[in-house]
Amino acid sequence: MGRYVARRLLQMIPVFLGSTLLVFSMMYALPGDPVRALAGEQTVDPQQIAAMKKELGLDLPLWHQYWNYLVGLFQGDFGTQIASGRPVADIISEAFPITVRLALFAFIFTVVVGISMGVFAGLKADTLRDRGLLVLTLLLISVPSFVLGFLGQYFFAFQLGWVQPNVSLEASSDELILPAVVLGSLSLAYVARLTRTSVAENLRSDYMRTAVAKGLPRRRIVGVHLMRNSMIPVVTFLGTDLGALLGGAVVTEGIFNVKGVGYNVFDALRHREGATVVGIVTLIVVVYLVASLVVDLLYAVLDPRIRYA
Amino acid sequence: MTIIDKTADVPAPRGSNDESGPLLEVRDLHVEFHTRDGVAKAVNGVNYSVSAGETLAVLGESGSGKSVTAQAVMGILDMPPGRIPKGEIFFRGQDMLKMSNEERRQIRGQKIAMIFQDALSSLNPVLSVGYQLGEMFRVHQGLSKKDAKAKAIALMDRVRIPAAKERVNDYPHMFSGGMRQRIMIAMALALEPDLIIADEPTTALDVTVQAQVMDLLAELQRDFNMGLILITHDLGVVADVADKIAVMYAGRIVETAPVHEIYKRPAHPYTKGLLESIPRLDQKGQELYAIKGLPPNLLHVPSGCAFNPRCTMAQDICRTEVPALRPVTEQDGTELVGRGSACHFWKETIHG
Ligand SMILES: Nc1ncnc2c1ncn2[C@@H]1O[C@H](COP(=O)(O)OP(=O)(O)OP(=O)(O)O)[C@@H](O)[C@H]1O
Ligand code: SF4
Ligand SMILES: [Mg+2]
Repeated sequence: MGRYVARRLLQMIPVFLGSTLLVFSMMYALPGDPVRALAGEQTVDPQQIAAMKKELGLDLPLWHQYWNYLVGLFQGDFGTQIASGRPVADIISEAFPITVRLALFAFIFTVVVGISMGVFAGLKADTLRDRGLLVLTLLLISVPSFVLGFLGQYFFAFQLGWVQPNVSLEASSDELILPAVVLGSLSLAYVARLTRTSVAENLRSDYMRTAVAKGLPRRRIVGVHLMRNSMIPVVTFLGTDLGALLGGAVVTEGIFNVKGVGYNVFDALRHREGATVVGIVTLIVVVYLVASLVVDLLYAVLDPRIRYA
Repeated sequence: MTIIDKTADVPAPRGSNDESGPLLEVRDLHVEFHTRDGVAKAVNGVNYSVSAGETLAVLGESGSGKSVTAQAVMGILDMPPGRIPKGEIFFRGQDMLKMSNEERRQIRGQKIAMIFQDALSSLNPVLSVGYQLGEMFRVHQGLSKKDAKAKAIALMDRVRIPAAKERVNDYPHMFSGGMRQRIMIAMALALEPDLIIADEPTTALDVTVQAQVMDLLAELQRDFNMGLILITHDLGVVADVADKIAVMYAGRIVETAPVHEIYKRPAHPYTKGLLESIPRLDQKGQELYAIKGLPPNLLHVPSGCAFNPRCTMAQDICRTEVPALRPVTEQDGTELVGRGSACHFWKETIHG
C-alpha cells in the first residue's frame, strides 16, 4: 500500500511537468503578449515594449522561460502579474477559496441528489419513475451548462426574484447555491445514471437474495448489502469528477460573474498573463491528481477484492 | 382410486408448537412467472412435506421447478414477475402465504434457512465473512459486534474451517470453494433453524470436496435434528443421505418414495429414465442412456401428462388426462408406505 502510494506520487511528477509545459507553450503560441495588452489601444514605442519584455524575461526562448518559471515555482514563487503587479500567489489564494467552495457545493449537490435519485430509480428499474429519471438526465446531459445557467438566472433571478443574477464580491454561501446547482447538474445526471444502473444490477445479484433469505430487515438489505456494492463505481466516477467540477467552474463563474479561479483564468487569458494561467491550471491539475489518488485508495477500501501492490 | 393428499380430509394441524405434524407441508403450490413472452407455469401443484430430522431429496432435470418451489417456501421469489396463484405452505401448521411480511421475515433465517449453490456469488463480496455470519446474531438476537464476532468464530469452527480465528475478517474471495460453501452452511446454521433448504449445495464444487461438504451437512442435520430439503441433480448423493425422494417434472411431483425403494423399483417412466442415465461402474464403456427429447416449454406445458412427448409408454390417455399423484401398491394391493406416482401406467412401470 505504502509503496503504491509512493509510486503514484512519483508518477505525478511527469504529469505535472507535462501539463505545465503544455499550458506554457500554449500561452507562448498565442498571438499577442501581455506587455502589448497592457498598452491597450494606445500606440506605444516598440523600443519601450522591447525593453520591458527584456526586463520581464519575455524575450527569452520558450524553454528558458519555462525553466525560469519552474525554478521560481520550486522556491514557492508563482510569478507576478504584469498588468497589476500583484503576485500570482495572492490572486490564487484569493480566488481559489471561492472556486473551491463553489465546486464543493456543486459536489455535495451532485452526491446527495444524484445518488438519491439513482437509488430511487434503480430500486424500481423500468417503472415510470425510472423512465422519468432517464429523460431528466438526458436533458441535463444534452443541454449545455451555459444555457442552463442563463435559464436559472432568468427564472430564479429575473422572474422569481429569489436571488441576485450576479454573485457579489465576497460570494457568500447562499449566493453560490444557484451557480453550484448549475455547475453540478451535468455530473448529477451522470451520477444518477451510474447509481441507477449499479443499484438495479446489484439488486439482481445472488448475495442480495442471500440477504433476504437471512431474514434481514429491508433497511439493512438496501442500506448495507446493496449500497456497499453499488457505490463502488459511483465513487470512482466522483473522484475524477471533482477535477471536472473545478474545470467546469470556469464557465459557470463567467455566467454568474463569480470572481473565482475561472474568472481570473479567463481574465488572464485575455491579457496573456502566462504566469497566472499556468499557475492556476497547474493547481487544478494537482487537485485532480490528488483527488484521483484518494479515490483509488478509497476504491480499495470499498472493494476488498482490489489489492494495490 | 384415491389421490395422495394425506391431510386433505384431516384439518390442518394448527398451533405453532405442534410437534406431531410435519415441520413443513407444501400443498398444491402453483407458481407462475409473467414474462414478456407469456405466463411461464414453473410450478403446477407441488405437494411435499418434511418432518424434523428428516431429509427430503428433490430431484429433477434443469427447469423442473425445484428452486422455484424452494424460493416460494423461503419467501424469496421475485414478485413480480413471480406470482403464487394457488397453494398453501404450512410451517408448523401455519400457512406462511397468509402471514405478513414481518412475520415471514422472522421465520427466514431463524426457523428456515437456505444454502445456495454458488457460495461465491451468494456471499457479499465486500463484507468479511465474520461480518456476514455475525450479522445473523446482531439482527436476530441483538448481540453486540464483539459477541457476534465470537459467535461467528465458533460457527466457523463448527463447520471445521481451519484457523477460524485468524480468518474471520477475511473476505469470501479469499477462501476456496469448499470453505466458502462451509461458510454458507455455517450461516444457515447460525440460529439453529428447524429446517434447512439446500439448493444444489455441492454442484459448484470439486468432486473430492463434494463428499466432505455433503457429509458435514448430513452430520449437522443429525446433531441438530433439523428437517432438510436437499435439491440436487445427483442421484448418487441422494442415496447416502436422503430419507425420501420427490421427483419433479415440469413443476409437478411425479413420484415420491422412500429413498431405497426408488432405486430398486421406480414407479414412473421419468424416474426410470433418470436412474438409467446414471453412469454405473459395472457398465463401464457402455453408452449412457439419456431421456430423449427436450424439457417442456413452461409457456406451453403439454396437455395431459407433461412427460408424454418424451415417454416411451405414452398412450392416448396420456395426451388428454393429467395423471394425479396416486398411491403405489404391491401387485396384490398391499400399501407401499410413502410411495406415489403420477402416471396412468404406474402398475406397468413398477410391476411390468
Ligand atoms: N425470476 C424468474 N423469472 C422468470 N422465470 C423464472 C424466474 N425464476 C425461475 N424461472 C423459470 O422457472 C423455471 C423453473 O426454474 P427452477 O430454477 O425452479 O428450475 P430448477 O428445477 O431449479 O432447475 P436447475 O436444476 O437448473 O436449478 C425455469 O424455466 C425458469 O426459467
Ligand atoms: S402418464 Fe403416460 S406419458 Fe405420463 S409418464 Fe405415465 S405413461 Fe408416460
Ligand atoms: Mg435450481
